[in-house]
Amino acid sequence: MSTIEERVKKIVSEQLGVKDEEITNASSFVDDLGADSLDTVELVMALEEEFETEIPDEEAEKITTVQEAIDYVVSHQ
Amino acid sequence: MPRRRVVVTGLGLITPLGNSVKDSWDGILAGKSGIAAIEHFDTTGFTTQFGGSVKGFDISEYMSAKDARKMDTFIQYGMAAAIQAVGDSGLECTEENASRIGVAIGSGIGGLPMIEANHNNLLAKGPRKISPFFVPGSIINMISGNLAIRFGFQGPNIAITTACTTGTHNIGYSARTIAYGDADVMVAGGAEMATTPLGLGGFAAARALSTRNDDPQTASRPWDRDRDGFVLSDGAGVLVLEEYEHAKARGATIYAELTGFGMSDDAYHMTSPPEDGRGAAASMANTIKDAGLNPDQLDYINAHGTSTSAGDVAESRAVERVMGDAAKNVAVSSTKSMIGHLLGAAGAVEAVFSVLAIRDQVAPPTINLENPAEGCVLDYVPHTARDMKIDHALSNSFGFGGTNGSLLFSRV
Repeated sequence: MSTIEERVKKIVSEQLGVKDEEITNASSFVDDLGADSLDTVELVMALEEEFETEIPDEEAEKITTVQEAIDYVVSHQ
Repeated sequence: MPRRRVVVTGLGLITPLGNSVKDSWDGILAGKSGIAAIEHFDTTGFTTQFGGSVKGFDISEYMSAKDARKMDTFIQYGMAAAIQAVGDSGLECTEENASRIGVAIGSGIGGLPMIEANHNNLLAKGPRKISPFFVPGSIINMISGNLAIRFGFQGPNIAITTACTTGTHNIGYSARTIAYGDADVMVAGGAEMATTPLGLGGFAAARALSTRNDDPQTASRPWDRDRDGFVLSDGAGVLVLEEYEHAKARGATIYAELTGFGMSDDAYHMTSPPEDGRGAAASMANTIKDAGLNPDQLDYINAHGTSTSAGDVAESRAVERVMGDAAKNVAVSSTKSMIGHLLGAAGAVEAVFSVLAIRDQVAPPTINLENPAEGCVLDYVPHTARDMKIDHALSNSFGFGGTNGSLLFSRV
């Protein structure tokens, strides 16, 4: 079973079309990984799907890096 | 001031016969059928279970997986054909010419696969599960939009939607745009991917489709007495149109000149033409007049020829009406006999075939024409392609709403 961190990074890689080795915990979706505003909306939807959760819009806006996504998932398990 | 001349300098195709101009054209000249059972969804319960699907298409040859995911299939086909055409033309977009290069690529229906998938998500999981890329990924002008982004084309950007006349209208409009001086180059055409459950089911409900499920390859049989409707197909066709002096100055390969464009409407019925083909005839006559030719100068007509009961007869009547006695001398064929009906892409794909007919001096065949129906008395180039002199080739498209368009290409 993959860790939460691995699962988050896999989704980021798939959604944003970046290679695994380019993704670090500190990576910003927009500044480092080339996402635009629509990409980040879809990325959050993919996280919701993967972790069977619902992320409210006001929370989703605060998820701008890989680490913030991991933290959100961990704290809402 | 004489009108600016418009020539064809680039071609691109994605069709049921192949994912390049060469493969598609080789298949056409060999009289091959690209029609087969539909395999990308379960057709159980559908009265028609076959179509002209694109096979072996790999979008990664044209763009990243991330970009491709944001484009419905018809956009991917259109982008692929357009990227081929631009590459074929050798055109370079620079700071100096960017605002003089435009795009007009349409679709008859647009992004049915994404519409269906997102509607399914909406019903099953609620509105929060609609993709943010649903709208920009499925609306019809997004081939034109994405192509401009990719190459930096800052000129006119449009997507005309007129059902099965879409491709022809986009090309004709583009020629006018160049002739009028609004652009020096236009990338023009059409794309379609409507063989989805809703698309197939919708055309079947309208009783428009052949139901020859036991032998799909002979289902598209224009002018044959046993024809029973058209075959729904997918793909895209794109041409690079260019002002003649502009093309000459950069040493471009010139395939043919686009000498005429004309339009009309039947003003008759939503889906059926009048028996006498008067709307189609007006479109052809307007086009021949636009080119400054006489009707008897036509060598080849790439017919709309969909294999429907009423349409095929009406188009034959229209050719007779426009050409009079000369109708018996013109070669008329339907490449839809081999690739089926690509709806909004049809006129563009058939324009490419008309241009290639001039380049190679060969008329494509009409396959499956075993017994010409009563009243269908023209030379339909049955079964096999024919080497012949072609100085002027006309291509017809007619669409739901009675909308007609014709293009005339001439040897340079």
